[in-house]
Amino acid sequence: MSYDTIIIGAGLSGLAAGIRLAHFEKRVCVLERHTTIGGLNSFYRLRKHNHDVGLHAVTNYAPPGTRTGPLSKLLRQLRLRWDDFDLVPQVESSVVFPNRTLRFTNDFEFLKQQVAEQFPGQADNFQKLLGHIDAHDELDLFQRETSAREVLNGCISDPLLIDMLLCPLMFYGSPTPHDMDFTQFVIMFKSIFYEGFGRPFHGVRQIMKQVVRKFKSLGGELKLRAGVREIVTDNGRAVGVILDDGQELAGENVVSSAGSAETLQLCPGDVPDNKADYTPGEISFVETISMLDRHPSELPHHETIVFYNHADAFHYECPDEPVDLRSGIICSPNNFQYDEPLEEGRIRITALANPACWMDLPEEEYVAQKARCFDEIAESAVKVMPEFRDFTVDTDVFTPRTIRKFTGHTNGCVYGAPHKLRDGRTHLENLYICGTDQGFLGIVGSMLSGITIANRYLLK
Amino acid sequence: MNPDEIRLVILDILASIAPDEDLSNLDDDVAFREQMELDSMDFLDIVMELRKRYRVQIPEDEYIQLGTMSSTVEYLVPMLRDVQSLA
Repeated sequence: MSYDTIIIGAGLSGLAAGIRLAHFEKRVCVLERHTTIGGLNSFYRLRKHNHDVGLHAVTNYAPPGTRTGPLSKLLRQLRLRWDDFDLVPQVESSVVFPNRTLRFTNDFEFLKQQVAEQFPGQADNFQKLLGHIDAHDELDLFQRETSAREVLNGCISDPLLIDMLLCPLMFYGSPTPHDMDFTQFVIMFKSIFYEGFGRPFHGVRQIMKQVVRKFKSLGGELKLRAGVREIVTDNGRAVGVILDDGQELAGENVVSSAGSAETLQLCPGDVPDNKADYTPGEISFVETISMLDRHPSELPHHETIVFYNHADAFHYECPDEPVDLRSGIICSPNNFQYDEPLEEGRIRITALANPACWMDLPEEEYVAQKARCFDEIAESAVKVMPEFRDFTVDTDVFTPRTIRKFTGHTNGCVYGAPHKLRDGRTHLENLYICGTDQGFLGIVGSMLSGITIANRYLLK
Repeated sequence: MNPDEIRLVILDILASIAPDEDLSNLDDDVAFREQMELDSMDFLDIVMELRKRYRVQIPEDEYIQLGTMSSTVEYLVPMLRDVQSLA
């Protein structure tokens, strides 16, 4: 059996690419090493609780009937209806720093007011920043990398406002410490502040289920427990793959969502000239999940997402310790505008982590460190939210090690490599990168990434 | 196919690309771009759907003919004259 295209990884980007190819009658196979689909946005069941991995909220929210913007573009490309994802808008989120809070909703005017109220001298400067953002074509695959901080410093004169704007955008998508590529900044700014957060009532399962069903209904083939051990090359071309069990599959093209460095490792003997561009990222996270005996609103905690920072400045970097307790993200999946409440109350708290402190610990120490960090993260979070610990009925934690185990990402990095291969090209003429290391971010972005690569190179 | 049949084919393609769109009030003489906010990705999809369904090739410099329903039907009539309707 020979395929037109073999896709490595059954996450959202790989499956979206697969849908496009299968829809236009290409023979396509998606290979996934794990026992289930999803990659960085997956789900699991533990002690009778359904959990989401990754997704706190879908960014790029757009209400039904919207005809422009990333979400509607995505739906049209995948031939899906708005109802298929059925996104419910957030309540309200905030960026909480010492002595200053910026609140935001899916109505951008509200954030503008907040900036004007909290930073009275910066309203015009903020407007100037918006001018730069609107003038930037973030979907151009050939944008040069530039510093977001440089643009911000050129517009806004209060470093606190700069940090407070960067905080949510970095937390939700920056593979680089301290600064972001300006194009990535624009993608994140639009998806979070202009468009906003939504979530399906059933979480990421809803999205994954629709996408995989679509792919299969079009005749696409999905193989689980089918990790790729090697990409077979011949004269600068990929000609197929070898699976973990030794089976060989032939393909005219290969698309990999495994990450750029991770994909390069699959190509024996090939060292591209720009090898430095294939350096894996180092930004990873620990997340604690607390199942509560009540809804967060009863604590009372009404916010959808809280991005907090206790320090004078915001430090987005790989910490020296196992977790960075200076900052974090509090997500309450209950706090979206559902018609009826979710069954269970839940608080998820995410903090920056140092992968090296987790990877090679002996099991006993690893378990102890997880427990210790769980307590420390909760202690740090209750400085900016009501006490919830007494109402906990079950908990779980994931670490960089968990992420590496299930996604194959070196260092358990969540947002991939610092350098994005934006046009999807690699050192092999018919091997393409999609997903995190192509550089469109978020749930909607990841799918647009797969679509873009499929359209540009495989459907001509 | 005659022009009416071709029109139905295009409607069917538009419905598949934008399933949430109400096409009952589509004005045949107003640009799709205006009425439905179709972008270049969508036009490429119309071309690809026609290729998939009827094996017609539309060269890139002729995409401009697909601006409105009327111009699209007019453009496709000679290309699809000998094709049997699938409807």
